[in-house]
Amino acid sequence: MRRQGMQRIDTRTLVGALIAALAVVAIWRPLVQAAQPIRIGFGMALTGGLAANGKAALLAMEIWRDDVNKAGGLLGRPVEFVYYDDQSKPATVPGIYTKLLDVDKVDFVVSGYGTNLIAPAMPIVIERGLVFMGLFGLANNEKFNYPYYFQIAPNGPNPSAEFSRGFFELAAGQHPRPTTVALVGADAEYPHNALAGARENVKKHDFKVVYDQTYPPSTVDYTPIVRAIKAANPDIVFVASYPPDSVGMVLAAHEVGLKPRLFGGGMVGLQFAAFQTKLGPKLNGIVNYDFWVPEPTLNFPGINEFLQRYQGRAEKAGVDPLGHYLPPWAHAMMQVLGQAIEAAKSLDQKTVGEYIRTHEFDTIVGQVKFGPNGEWAKARMLLVQYQNITGTDIGQFAGPGKRVVLLPEEWRSGTAIYPYGEALK
Amino acid sequence: MFSVDLLINAVVAGILLGGFYAAVSLGIAMTFGLLEVVNIAHPVFVIAGAYAAYMMNAAVGLDPLLTGLLFTPIFYALGVAVYRIYYASFERKGEQSLRGLVFFFGILFIIEVSLVLIYGVDYRLVEAPYIGRSLLIGPLGIAFRLLVPFVVGVVLTLALYLFLGKTFYGRAIMGVSQDALALRLMGADPIQIKTIAFGLGIATASLAGALLIIIAPVEPSIGREYIGRVFAITVLGGMGSIGGTLVAALLLGVAESLTSTFSGPSWALAVSFGILLLALAIRPSGLFGR
Repeated sequence: MRRQGMQRIDTRTLVGALIAALAVVAIWRPLVQAAQPIRIGFGMALTGGLAANGKAALLAMEIWRDDVNKAGGLLGRPVEFVYYDDQSKPATVPGIYTKLLDVDKVDFVVSGYGTNLIAPAMPIVIERGLVFMGLFGLANNEKFNYPYYFQIAPNGPNPSAEFSRGFFELAAGQHPRPTTVALVGADAEYPHNALAGARENVKKHDFKVVYDQTYPPSTVDYTPIVRAIKAANPDIVFVASYPPDSVGMVLAAHEVGLKPRLFGGGMVGLQFAAFQTKLGPKLNGIVNYDFWVPEPTLNFPGINEFLQRYQGRAEKAGVDPLGHYLPPWAHAMMQVLGQAIEAAKSLDQKTVGEYIRTHEFDTIVGQVKFGPNGEWAKARMLLVQYQNITGTDIGQFAGPGKRVVLLPEEWRSGTAIYPYGEALK
Repeated sequence: MFSVDLLINAVVAGILLGGFYAAVSLGIAMTFGLLEVVNIAHPVFVIAGAYAAYMMNAAVGLDPLLTGLLFTPIFYALGVAVYRIYYASFERKGEQSLRGLVFFFGILFIIEVSLVLIYGVDYRLVEAPYIGRSLLIGPLGIAFRLLVPFVVGVVLTLALYLFLGKTFYGRAIMGVSQDALALRLMGADPIQIKTIAFGLGIATASLAGALLIIIAPVEPSIGREYIGRVFAITVLGGMGSIGGTLVAALLLGVAESLTSTFSGPSWALAVSFGILLLALAIRPSGLFGR
């Protein structure tokens, strides 16, 4: 009897303990999960040719992460970044994203910086059906039409052509109207896409192409290229170049005396303080694409506060001291993802992806709404002209009047100095 | 599009570019060509030279060329230290082939990462009165940004050529590259001679770096883009031939420039390396190889 009683008590105790344990697990699990961070993974160019931008982007993203965590995180959970240096090499990207997803088990992935580094990640994210925010890729989704790819650069529905649309529209509206064009760019993904779009616009406006060449990215001396362009005597010179080439082209243009009526287009790097402060007045007259400049028409809520904080940390991080080019967009990209996770109240890729597709977002670069191909529903690519630059003092580039917005009309802050040579006087 | 003016300008631009290539390749010609030390890290020493020029230019406004000259003793000392470590760890034990190569890769990464930590990854440029200006002689336009590196490259080549041919230490370096044992029997210490030669090779990187940053902006990893070119020039010129290095550099510079001007710049590198392959097929030891 006693043994039976003991057995009964033991069974009851056991059942009770089991129920209690289950109850504790049931209560504890969400608590534990709540404490677990939401992990966002990405590769970023922290060394190599694109590192100057990559590190600046990382700093901007970290400012967003710190702000979010200070405000209580996303869905009540802190945000954590898991990132690796892609060394500016596309070949490293597939391995990085596979590791992020299979080993690090991140909740979301976003892209590294630039077209060349986004392209190799696309097959992986498409295969797994992931939301993929892209940072400054040009036409990366054109061939895939993947529904959950979202590009933060405001290239618009037809990114390749949009990139240079304003440049050629401006040319077509000048008097006397220019007629001939030289197209030149580096042998790489971004310049190829930009040049393809430029050819579309050239055709649309019925300009005549008198020079159309690409050059290896490792080119040292650009004077033979610029001299060959000068010999072709074009009215317009459209350049799609990466930072070192942009400097090489600008210097060579001055040395050779290249003075077309319109010069610039898609020169990456001229937006960086390091180049602005060295090239100084040599930039005058160049008409180039840009995404954000400190003009009064683009004074969006939060942008100045963000730049102040960025600039306060830029020197220590060894990145662009002004941060006008990429950092606001890297921050805005994370704002979109964060707002979507919060609003959708989910970490499910499809739910968050659908939310981004169908909603508008408030960011430090203005209102962001994506179209069917993941690009901005309405393009906001800026066409700016460098004007009235004197000397190489960095302070002049921090304020308005040096990169005047010519197009789109909605954001215009000044008028074009035409032809190019006039701005050099 | 062909015109005589364009042709003259293309040839002159190529010669100027070749002078710069020679300056960058001389160090490799010394260390790899003469000493047969596969110093794959040489381009990063050039980048370190470029950063020294940047540092002095940004801090006190010193001309990059002057910095290049001032820093040659420091780079010489650095070269001596690197060779001593390399010799003690690998060459003395006969393990220089593969492990030595790994050692220089390690040096390359260490210097690169150090530059990233000190200066960040932003592109760096220098200011000098001759950058962005050019000299016009009739139809010929000569960019000072390229003329200065050409002159320095040629003077450096000439100085090294005379040093190796006319001085005791120079002849000893040539001797050690031919027969180290014979040199030892003559009472000279081959290791000491090799140390001097390696130090000199690295010292040239100080000036070459200053020339590089005059021509183009630099960032810590940009040296990797020059590895192929400088080794190609050294091999084409003939291993260990200083004069050959200059001729090969000029040849590739002119080929690049002519191709860029008349056939499209995307073919420039292909044509240069095509010349290298063709030359090696006809003369496997290089243009001026022994």
